[in-house]
Amino acid sequence: MSERQPLSRRDFLKISGGGIFIFFAVGDPMQFLEAQERMGGRELPADWNAFLRIAEDGQVTGFTGKAELGQGANTALAQLAAEELDVPLDSVTMVLGDTDLCPWDMGTFGSRTIKYFGPPFRQAAAEARAVLIQLASEKLGIAADRLATKDGAVFDTSDPRKSVTYGALAMGQTIERHIDPKPAIKPVSEHTIAGRPANRKDARLKATGQAEYAADIKVPGMRYARILRPPAHGAKLRSIDTAAAEAVEGAQVIRDGELIAVLHDSFDQAEAALLRIKAEWDMPEPSTDDETIYDRLVRVAPEGSVIEEKGSLEEGKKLSTAVFEETYRTPYVAHSPIEPHAAVVKIEGDRATVWASTQSPFRVQGAVAEALGFPTEKVRAITPFVGGGFGGKNASGQAVEAARLAKLSGKPVQLAWSRREEFFLDTFQPAAIVKIVSGLDAAKKVVLWDYTVYFGGERTSQPFYDIPHYRILSKGSWGGRGGTGGPHPFAVGAWRAPGSNTNTFARESHIDVMAARSGIDPVEFRMANLKDERMKRVLRTCAARFGWKPSKAPSGRGQGVALVNYLETYVATMAEVEADKITGKVRVKRVVCAQDMGEVINPDGARAQMEGCITMGLGYCLSEEMHFRNGELRDINFDTYEIPQFSWLPKIETILIDNPSLAPQGGGEPPIVNMGAVVANAVFDGTGARLFRLPIIPGRLRDALAAKS
Amino acid sequence: MKEAISFQLNGKPVTLEVDPDRMLLWVLRTELGLTGTKYGCGEGHCGACTVIVEGEAVRSCASPISEVAAKSVLTIEGLEAGGKLHPLQEAFVSHNVMQCGFCTSGMIMTAYGLLKRKPLPTREDIVQGMEDNFCRCGGYMRIIQAIESAAQTMRKGGPR
Repeated sequence: MSERQPLSRRDFLKISGGGIFIFFAVGDPMQFLEAQERMGGRELPADWNAFLRIAEDGQVTGFTGKAELGQGANTALAQLAAEELDVPLDSVTMVLGDTDLCPWDMGTFGSRTIKYFGPPFRQAAAEARAVLIQLASEKLGIAADRLATKDGAVFDTSDPRKSVTYGALAMGQTIERHIDPKPAIKPVSEHTIAGRPANRKDARLKATGQAEYAADIKVPGMRYARILRPPAHGAKLRSIDTAAAEAVEGAQVIRDGELIAVLHDSFDQAEAALLRIKAEWDMPEPSTDDETIYDRLVRVAPEGSVIEEKGSLEEGKKLSTAVFEETYRTPYVAHSPIEPHAAVVKIEGDRATVWASTQSPFRVQGAVAEALGFPTEKVRAITPFVGGGFGGKNASGQAVEAARLAKLSGKPVQLAWSRREEFFLDTFQPAAIVKIVSGLDAAKKVVLWDYTVYFGGERTSQPFYDIPHYRILSKGSWGGRGGTGGPHPFAVGAWRAPGSNTNTFARESHIDVMAARSGIDPVEFRMANLKDERMKRVLRTCAARFGWKPSKAPSGRGQGVALVNYLETYVATMAEVEADKITGKVRVKRVVCAQDMGEVINPDGARAQMEGCITMGLGYCLSEEMHFRNGELRDINFDTYEIPQFSWLPKIETILIDNPSLAPQGGGEPPIVNMGAVVANAVFDGTGARLFRLPIIPGRLRDALAAKS
Repeated sequence: MKEAISFQLNGKPVTLEVDPDRMLLWVLRTELGLTGTKYGCGEGHCGACTVIVEGEAVRSCASPISEVAAKSVLTIEGLEAGGKLHPLQEAFVSHNVMQCGFCTSGMIMTAYGLLKRKPLPTREDIVQGMEDNFCRCGGYMRIIQAIESAAQTMRKGGPR
């Protein structure tokens, strides 16, 4: 609720009251740079791109362009800094997603925060510790190699009474250091903070209602906006009468081209006035709906490109004694974070400040600057707590809309989307199709894998099974605008583990198809076709905890398995379901999930992410599917768009594989990827009916059962 | 059109001049500045806006302000007493329940209403009582554990 003043990075150094600052170079390590550039990032500053600050009271502040979406980045990153610096976790505070204070970042997605931002951040902390030892050496007159650090102080190893706190060392100093050469970071074996479960740093704020989200921001003179939306994508405004809305006391109607909005003193009063606008629309031409979309997508798909290939498909066909050809389909799925998009924009002279619920604060900064005609550096984007993103808050159109309205009205504006807008303007997980032709030789070894994905994107499409002849073809990515001329009727984009929920549903279902038709237990079949020892270990671990007893499917028990290598995090999932053959209703009773994510920074946080992925994943397995016709969405609130509820909760068991020698990998997405296939495979095992299309709603299972008998 | 409406808010009397048809949620969030209560769906499906009225959990997005006249309203901001978190808040913190945290206020207030009705709920009671509160991050398992734990603490320490 407080007023915040824009601040430049230089100003920040001047006014932050001294202390020790650590900057780290962007080429360091290369992975970070490459990952950002590969994603089309802007040109990176050459001198530094992030920093840590040790203040005169010994408090440590870390700055990152990432956002806290609920994944616990602020806690895990603080753990990394506390570990390297030898300070208690409580004395580290993270500042996230503030474009004036934090280093440029492409956005918070793809389970990348710890994997790519973690290493340079950790090195900054290691460097800070080295600087502190140097300073202590000068102050105490003791050689640096006799000094060590503990609990925020440097001490003499031969006489621990001789010590000096970090705060005392930072007193009166303004030191900027670059990391060159890189100091060594601590070996995992010496860790006492990283690798241990840590309570979330934001827990108390969130449990007391004090955590601020974008729609909680209020600045003096601020007005609340509601925008007129069309009834369908592609609908054109034919006529409009705003007189009744304008007559509402306190309401102001704003019109700028297609942007028609009402401002008032609260969300609900603005909404009430908006409802008084009489608008007539020309509806779009008939195009497609949630049943015909798949044929359309296959028809309009681009030629595509080969993602990966090995051997020759011809040779694979020759070696095959049995060939399996199937098509898998997944629908448009909404992100549905409980927090709808919101933004506040305040313009003062030639500067603007924007508070936005976003996964990409720097993208918001750029987009708002463009909308206002301001240079980028004149816009400060601040990211309050974000109430869930899942990929849906990469695009942050609400910030641009709020900026336009702030400019047009001359007042600070808060724009919060309604639940209908959250659905209507979503960038859905795209409807997608996967066609697989595979072959087994006489020894039941997979020798052919001809894989084509339409509009699912390539992620996790590459097989990790040992297959001599395969080709992965991808036609159309998972992202894109909707509407005229495009393949999709509305915008699509990244959805928690983009592309992977589709690709893994297809691959792991298809592996089971081959196992079942060969009369081989699905775990045994996978083991026989795997050479990757890391994957075998994850599968074995999962099977041991689950108590997997080999049997060919369908066994009637309702048990399934699925595997994935999601950007080098390995996951094995097993599930037990109860599928009612009369009603077609599926209930997931138990899920066991083993994950190898390399070094684990916050084991409890990692488990919470696994539990969350499993629970959220039940939705796209069992109910979530956007119904639409000709650009008109049929599901605009939670009454018809069903997301998982308490009663869906299975017994969940999570296992973190001990593999600290591998650098930390991502954990915000991987386990959700297996959910489609593990449930479909378990349903097949229980009923003998195979579902090639998600979600597995009762009618589809009943149809599949009827088709089988 | 505006009327003076008085009620008890987190133990203190308030009176405001307000259109009686406006929903409690927006008056809390805007006029009263209590933003801990969240808008999630506006139609009473998701539970993010849950507050306690006269001891019972209600959806503030679908409760006209006129309906709370002369009644007592408790929001997430009013749960802490004397600088001490309510056992439910304590349990949500210690079980690392929160992810994005946007559903949390509604979860805690619904659980508060549940524990008023059933001080020692079974797991089945909790699932039923919480069923219509949604958490998109998928935190249901820990929420159930936290409510169970809070119920135990409240039994030992006496109800609040």
